[in-house]
Amino acid sequence: MAYDLIVIGAGPAGITAAVYAARKKMNFIVITGDIGGQAAWSGDVENYTGYQFVTGPELAAKFEEHMRAYGITVKEQEEARELIRDKAVIRVRTERGEYEARAVIIASGKVSKELGVPGEKEFKNKGLTYCATCDGPLFSGKSVAIIGGGNSALDAALQLVKIAKKVYVINNMPKLGGDHVMREKIESNPAVQVLNGAAVLAITGENMVAGIKVKRLDKEEMIPVEGIFVEIGLIPNSKFAGIIDKNKLGEIKINSNNETNVPGVFAAGDVTDVPEKQIIIAAGEGSKATLGAFKYISRMR
Amino acid sequence: MEKNVTVYSTPTCPFCIRAKQYLKDNNIKFAEHDVGSNPEKAQEMIKKSGQMGVPVVDIDGSIVIGFDKEKIGSMLGI
Ligand SMILES: Cc1cc2nc3c(=O)[nH]c(=O)nc-3n(C[C@H](O)[C@H](O)[C@H](O)COP(=O)(O)OP(=O)(O)OC[C@H]3O[C@@H](n4cnc5c(N)ncnc54)[C@H](O)[C@@H]3O)c2cc1C
Repeated sequence: MAYDLIVIGAGPAGITAAVYAARKKMNFIVITGDIGGQAAWSGDVENYTGYQFVTGPELAAKFEEHMRAYGITVKEQEEARELIRDKAVIRVRTERGEYEARAVIIASGKVSKELGVPGEKEFKNKGLTYCATCDGPLFSGKSVAIIGGGNSALDAALQLVKIAKKVYVINNMPKLGGDHVMREKIESNPAVQVLNGAAVLAITGENMVAGIKVKRLDKEEMIPVEGIFVEIGLIPNSKFAGIIDKNKLGEIKINSNNETNVPGVFAAGDVTDVPEKQIIIAAGEGSKATLGAFKYISRMR
Repeated sequence: MEKNVTVYSTPTCPFCIRAKQYLKDNNIKFAEHDVGSNPEKAQEMIKKSGQMGVPVVDIDGSIVIGFDKEKIGSMLGI
């Protein structure tokens, strides 16, 4: 049986798309790796209208509650592997099966980029992590390094200065980027040492992380740390959508109606080339995508 | 027989929150340790699981790393 709609992903974009689809009484399912997406990993969110202050996990829990209130079918811990267009239907293949719908919304967001240095895979979850919000509290009283120099690195550093003994920020650019308010807070904190223009060469240790080898001003040095937080940016989860046009960054190209190059396939949020990546934008884009898909299906009948 | 279930978690980790909610929703009783504020329990978790990622769920001595709903569910007969 073909559904009206399949929503891929349940971050802010996918969840909002699902809420709108439920309210339009569409026959649909959500297929997703997790619920909440990056929003669940964010520390403090201070720019989502209606909440002056909310933590990422709290906001994600609110989103989920809203979606669950409609009794939507959510296939969790299941990921789209391939997208196939077959005449008037679109097929989504996952590791568990195949689903068919008249329209699809891709809202699969972004994931953390990896460093690609020796020791990274070996020490993952053994002191090296991509989630400061989750694993940060385990490093209380320890020395840690944050790798990166943008907003997510600054956000992680601000979370960790409250917990750790010493925080190194290892940035491969000559200066820190990101929001200037956060930057000032970091640069003026005595427990933080910022190393600009530093390249990470390797992660070292026995069973757990014991240090990080960096190269700065043509000199190699070993910094003893027990925790490493990788915050070097994100890449779009768009690989499975082979038939869809993307830009250089791998972001799905959409028009202002959230349509892709393939009729019936819409996309929303961080996985697209929409200019800004924010929770409220992803949510708004998700609603637009469903309204667009709804019109598309109505025209087809 | 009721199984002995222990969850090692941090207060802020989304998958810890979800793992605990899942157990609660299925009326599973469990002990809970905040490894962020309790270094002894943090060591215990690292020793049991050989790694530092949370959550870790101990079901009668068998260790599940991360919120693996299917694995936890099948081990508990949910
Ligand atoms: C540390 C951090 C802090 C942030 N702070 C803020 C902030 O303060 N304010 C703000 O507005 N924004 C913030 N952001 C940005 C914001 O979180 C994102 O813009 C937003 O979550 C994007 O939503 P999305 O739904 O497009 O994608 P995502 O949130 O990335 O969700 C993608 C979803 O798709 C699923 N998925 C991925 N691949 C597949 C697949 N192949 N098949 C099925 N499902 C899949 C994932 O499991 C996930 O559920 C922050 C981001 C980070 C990382």
